[in-house]
Amino acid sequence: MNMIQAINSALDICMERDKDIVVLGEDVGYFGGVFKATEHLQKKHGKTRVFDTPITECGIIGVAVGMCTYGLRPVPEIQFADYIYPALDQLVSEAARLRYRSAGEYTAPMTVRSPFGGGIFGGQTHSQSPEAIFTHVAGLKTVIPSNPYDAKGLLIAAIEDNDPVIFFEPKRIYNGPFDGHYGKPVTPWAKHPSSAVPEGYYRIPLGKAATVREGNDVTILCYGTMVHVTAGVVAESGIDAEIIDLRTLVPLDIEAIEASVKKTGRCVIVHEATRTSGFGAELSALVQERCFHSLEAPIERVTGWDTPYPHSLEWAYFPGPVRLGQALKRVMES
Amino acid sequence: MDEDARRNMRPLSLHVPEPRFRPGDAVDFADFDIPDVAAAPRPDIGAMPEEMRSLAYGLVRVLDLDGASGGAWAPRLSPERLVAMLRHMALVRAFDDRMYRVQRQGKTSFYMKCTGEEATSIAAAYALDRDDMCFPSYRQQGLLIARDWSLVDMMCQIYSNRGDRLKGRQMPIMYSAKEASFFSISGNLATQMPQAVGFAMASASRGDTRIAACWCGEGSTAEGDFHSACTFASVYRAPVIINVINNQWAISSFSGFAGAESTTFAARAVGYGIAGLRVDGNDALAVYAATEWAAERARNNFGPTLIEHFTYRAEGHSTSDDPTKYRSAEERSAWPLGDPIARLKQHLIAIGAWDEERHAAMDREVAEEVKAAGKEAEKQGVLGDGLHQPFTTMFEDVFEELPWHLEEQSRQMVEERKAAGI
Repeated sequence: MNMIQAINSALDICMERDKDIVVLGEDVGYFGGVFKATEHLQKKHGKTRVFDTPITECGIIGVAVGMCTYGLRPVPEIQFADYIYPALDQLVSEAARLRYRSAGEYTAPMTVRSPFGGGIFGGQTHSQSPEAIFTHVAGLKTVIPSNPYDAKGLLIAAIEDNDPVIFFEPKRIYNGPFDGHYGKPVTPWAKHPSSAVPEGYYRIPLGKAATVREGNDVTILCYGTMVHVTAGVVAESGIDAEIIDLRTLVPLDIEAIEASVKKTGRCVIVHEATRTSGFGAELSALVQERCFHSLEAPIERVTGWDTPYPHSLEWAYFPGPVRLGQALKRVMES
Repeated sequence: MDEDARRNMRPLSLHVPEPRFRPGDAVDFADFDIPDVAAAPRPDIGAMPEEMRSLAYGLVRVLDLDGASGGAWAPRLSPERLVAMLRHMALVRAFDDRMYRVQRQGKTSFYMKCTGEEATSIAAAYALDRDDMCFPSYRQQGLLIARDWSLVDMMCQIYSNRGDRLKGRQMPIMYSAKEASFFSISGNLATQMPQAVGFAMASASRGDTRIAACWCGEGSTAEGDFHSACTFASVYRAPVIINVINNQWAISSFSGFAGAESTTFAARAVGYGIAGLRVDGNDALAVYAATEWAAERARNNFGPTLIEHFTYRAEGHSTSDDPTKYRSAEERSAWPLGDPIARLKQHLIAIGAWDEERHAAMDREVAEEVKAAGKEAEKQGVLGDGLHQPFTTMFEDVFEELPWHLEEQSRQMVEERKAAGI
C-alpha cells in the first residue's frame, strides 16, 4: 500500500466501525479527493457520510464543529495545507478551545486531514508546512506520519481521539519514499519495507516517536518527508546517527528525545518549514533545557528558508541531502 | 498614463457612511416607514424563497403601536402564554439591571445588557422546542431564561466563582449550558453561524427531528463565517434558523458599516436562495410568529430561514462602552418601534388579560427573584475575592487527558507560588 491507500483504508475502517464518523471537504465525495485519499468512500458509506462541500474552509471547519456538537466525529479535509488559513479562526478559537471554555460540556473530536509540504512544484500556495502554527495552539494535537504503516495507524488513533487533531500528510511521499535527491524518481512504496500495511484495524498511539535507526553519535529529530531524506544522508555519510521520527508534535514524545540526546550528546533537527519560530525552535529549546549537560556540540537546525516556497527554485529551498550532510559534519567535528 | 493626462478625468470619491444622528443631534424619525400589520403576507411553509422576496424587504408585524394585533402572521397564543412571555421578558430586564449594578460595584469585570431586545430571544425561545439547539451570540441571555435555566448558575458564571461550571475561564455572560441546548458562547463573532448549520446538517443526516438556530448581530454579518454559514445552509437545505439581530449599533459603528445603506439584512437571504424574513424585533408576537414559521419550515425539510430582527440596542454595547460618545441620547426614546415589553404589556391590557397593578406586582416579583438568586450566587464568591476554582484547574480540559507538558507546568506553577509565599 502507498500512503494514500493506507489513509483511505484507515478512513474506511473507521467509518465501518463507527457510524458517527463523517468525511467532508472539497472534492472528497464523488471524485474521491484530488489525491484520491477518499476514493470509493462515498459509494460505500453513502453521500450523507462522505460529501463534497462549498469552497469555504472556514465553513468546512465551522460546520465540523457543529457536527461535533451534535455528536458526530467529522474528518474534514483541507485540500492543501496552504488553504487552512481561512479556517484558522474556527480551528484555533473554536475547535481547540471548545472543551476548555465549556469545561468539558462540548468537545470537538475532529481530525482535520491536509496534505502539506513541498517538492512537487506547487509554488508558494501548494507547498507550505504550517505545522508550527498549530503546535502553538493550546488544545490541538498535531500528527505527521512518514510512511504508510504509520499513516494508517496514526490516522485511526487520531480519528478515535477525543481531541481535535491536525493530521498533516506529507504529499511528497504519498506515492513512495524520497531521499531528497530531487533528480531521482520517487521509489514506489511497494518496494519499501515500511509499506507492509495490514488490511485490518490497528492503531499507533499519539505521542510516541519511532526510532528509525539506532545510533550513538548524533540524534536527528525529524518527521514526515524529512525522515527519508535523513535516512538517505545518514546511509551515505557513514555517521552512526540515531534517527527519531517524531510522528506527533503535540503531544511530543519527550522521553524518547531526551533519552536519545543524552546517549549521543549531539542533536540535529530537520524540518521543511521555515526556520524562525518553526517547530525546530521548540525542539531545540527543549533539548537545551533537558540535555544541556550531555551536549557536546551546539544544536543544529536544517530547515526551509524564511521565505515563501519559490516555484522554480524549490530545490534550493528544500532542506535536502547537501545541507543536512554539512550540518551533520559540523556537529560531528565540533 | 502620465499625471497631466489624468487632469481631465473625473476624480473618484470614497463614500464613508455616517449615521443620521450623532451626540447632541435632535432625533427625528418622522420619515420612518412602519408598514401596516396587514402588509406582510404569510406564505405557506413550503413556499419557494423566490416567492417571498418582498418579505426580506418589508417588516413582518403583528402588534400595532396601539396594542392591537392583526395581520396574516398573528399567532394564536393564549393570554396565559402571552403573560408567561411577558414575565420572562421582565425577568431578563431585571436580571440585566442587577448584573449591570454588580459590575458597577466591582463584583465582576464585565456585563452586557439586552435592553430593548428582550423579545428577540424570549419570543424566539417560545417558538422553538426545548431541545432545538441554540447557537447564541452574547446578547441572547433570554434563551436561557425562557428555558427556565437557573439564574444562580448564570450569575456564578458572571462572577467566575467557585460555583461556575465553566471553572472561571470565560468572560462574564459567555454561558454554556448543554442541558438547555445552549451552545458555548464565543467572543469571536459569527463563528457560531456555520457551527449551527453543521449541527442542523448532522441532525438531518441522522434523520433526527432537532433543528438548530443561531444568532448574530447585524455588524457581524460582515464576517466570512456568516456567508459560509448561508452557503452551507442553502446548499444542503439545512434545518436551521439564521437570526440576525439588527440592533442598529455594533459598539460605535452604526448598521451602515455592515451594509445597511444598500439593502436589508434579511435580503442577504435572497442571494443565497434562502427564505428571508424581516421582522419587527420589538414585537414579541411577530418574532414568535416568524420563528415558529421558520421552525416548521425547517422541520418539514423545506430548508433554512434567515430572519432579520429589526430592533434597537437601548443600552450601551457593554459595561465597557459609553454610547453617549457616539449617538444621540434621544434615539432610544424616539425609536419608532417602541419598547418590546411595553408593547406586549399594552396588548395584554388591550385584550383584557392584564392591568397596571398586575404588571407592577410582576415587576416587584421578578426583581425579588433576581435579588434572591444574586444572594445565593454571591455565597460562592464574586470575581477577585478568592472564592474561585483551585488554581490547578487552569490546566484541565485543554485536552481530554493531561499531557506531560501541562502536568509539568501545573507542578511548576504550584512550586513557584509556594516559593513566593502565595
